[in-house]
Amino acid sequence: MLTSELRPGGRETAPTRLDDDDLELLLLIRHFERNLLDLFSAGKLNGTTHTCIGQEYVPVALARLLDDRDYVFSNHRGHGHYLSRFRDPAGLLAEIMGRDGAVCHGVGGSQHIFRERFLSTGVQGESLPVAVGVALHLKRHEPGALAAVFVGDGTWGEGSVYEALNMARLWQVPLLVVVEHNEIAQSTPTTLQMAGTIAARAAAFGVEHRRVESADVNAIRGLVAPAVERVRQANRPLVLEFATTRIGPHSKGDDTRTEEELRSVRARDWYLAYQKVFPDQFARLDTRQREAIERITRDVDARTPSRWEGSCPGQSES
Amino acid sequence: MPRSERIVENLNAALHRLFAEDELVYLIGEDLLDPYGGAFKVAKGLSSKYPDRVLTTPLSESGFVGVANGLALCGNKVVTEIMFGDFALLSFDQLCNFAAKSVTMYGSRLPLRLVVRCPVGGHRGYGPTHSQSVQKHFIGVPNLWLYEMTPLHDNGAVFAEMLAREEPCVFFEDKTLYGQRRWVDGDDDVFRFDFLGERGQYGRATPEDVDRPDCVVIATGGTAPLALEAARRLFLESEIACHVLVPYRLYPFDIDPISSLLERADHIVVVEESVAGGTWGAEVAQHIYGRLWDRLNDRIRLVHSAPSIIPTAPHLERQVLVQSESVYATVREAIRD
Ligand SMILES: Cc1ncc(C[n+]2csc(CCOP(=O)(O)OP(=O)(O)O)c2C)c(N)n1
Repeated sequence: MLTSELRPGGRETAPTRLDDDDLELLLLIRHFERNLLDLFSAGKLNGTTHTCIGQEYVPVALARLLDDRDYVFSNHRGHGHYLSRFRDPAGLLAEIMGRDGAVCHGVGGSQHIFRERFLSTGVQGESLPVAVGVALHLKRHEPGALAAVFVGDGTWGEGSVYEALNMARLWQVPLLVVVEHNEIAQSTPTTLQMAGTIAARAAAFGVEHRRVESADVNAIRGLVAPAVERVRQANRPLVLEFATTRIGPHSKGDDTRTEEELRSVRARDWYLAYQKVFPDQFARLDTRQREAIERITRDVDARTPSRWEGSCPGQSES
Repeated sequence: MPRSERIVENLNAALHRLFAEDELVYLIGEDLLDPYGGAFKVAKGLSSKYPDRVLTTPLSESGFVGVANGLALCGNKVVTEIMFGDFALLSFDQLCNFAAKSVTMYGSRLPLRLVVRCPVGGHRGYGPTHSQSVQKHFIGVPNLWLYEMTPLHDNGAVFAEMLAREEPCVFFEDKTLYGQRRWVDGDDDVFRFDFLGERGQYGRATPEDVDRPDCVVIATGGTAPLALEAARRLFLESEIACHVLVPYRLYPFDIDPISSLLERADHIVVVEESVAGGTWGAEVAQHIYGRLWDRLNDRIRLVHSAPSIIPTAPHLERQVLVQSESVYATVREAIRD
């Protein structure tokens, strides 16, 4: 069977205990994102940003299943993806604030980050075919490594997704498509933009699909690890669909959902669940991460503006 | 004397050489496998010799240019073939938003060795969706370099240059050139051929050693044969001396190698097959005006196709597309005015 629902440890069940490192990473991302929204309200940020509040556990759960040889393609909602890989809140904040020490010198900003084998871009769906090309290269030259792409459910409206799935399956490449299915795309609920299901779409290409309902990091790892291993070992593309919740706004202050809908997503927040079940561990790490982010923000804010050397190096010459 | 090779043979040999010299080279596109070897046979023989590096794809122009981008991101040298240049518009996102922007948008230079080959142009009765000269749609994208196949330049050298740029390039191939023979100095009884610029960026045809040409005709590779035909008539009928200049790179426009020649010309005409509006010629003229305004004897005249879709029937297609007569008439008009 190519598609299956992974239910054990669903939202209704209490989460299992995380080691400090995992919980700390979750909280790091949560405080990083909350802080961004605060900085926006305070008029300290330019442009736009998309926070992943509510979805942090997806990249955290996957972080230990990925290694340095893997490529990760991220999207507009990518801070959690980046922080799970590099734990570099200062570099990312500097990037978003255009300060010295920015990962990409402030040129890319929130949605356009490139570091080692991590790359994000702001055009939905564009990364999938690129990831197929990368996966093809890995299959030939670095067997065992994979290319992972994070996308939202709304991105399944893009034709590139299907061109990529087709080629990934035809050419049997180690492609992992991680879908953060949060039931909404900007302001449009999934019911208004998706016919059928992601499972059926994957099945149409003969691509393996797993749907994960759980937000329990330990449980998720246990459930998906064998499938991710098959991507590596058998070069079998996999669509891993997480039923998740976007608790914050699409970008900043642009949430169009009703109070009732928001109450329901907030009630499913992993943050509350871990806080309730492991109060001591939670309180200790939560304070630590909140304070760390406050410190980093003061430090980054005080830095000089980032500098960009050479805008178009090529085209000034002949 | 053996006749010169056909241009398609030169292009095919250039690709064979690339593959033989470098294991990082890939070719990606539709219907590339032997015995078919691509819609215009440019890929002939490659898939038999290098089955792992010639990827025949589904009909997915956006997708396979994306795959090419992914391979280039990993350090490979990737050539893609778009079956008809018109379809390159389906890959515009991958080309402009990914390939071209990625070179600089991450704050430090990200090298990408990618060449997107696009057969373009009409005169073959393929109709509105298979005949367009789409060059102008790609002009002005930072870090996207536009090249065009010419009857003068060796494609091997041009491909080496494009890949050495480490930035995405589009290579336009006018379909009418494939079957024609290369212009080799000594082969023509009226014109001699040479090159201008340190890398021979401009091929040139001159009727004799006239230091001060009556007219300089700058023509794209695809329209070069039409320009040469017009220049031949003008010379044989009226001893009007045109220098026909054919650049292998369209954008960014490189004026340096031809600047002093342009200064000495009485008239300048720029020829391309794109339809009117936002043309390459306008871009070229703007550069020349910027550099030589005080020294020009006449306004620059642009020759291009009519502002129309490209019709299918030959008599209608002829009404729309640039012909040798249009070049001829424009030069005559310039001299008369
Ligand atoms: C090609 C493209 N179209 C539109 C947008 C504008 N946009 C940014 S995010 C977004 C919604 C994406 O929804 P989804 O894929 O579900 O991800 P989510 O925002 O829920 O994480 C839209 C429409 C875009 N960035 N790229």
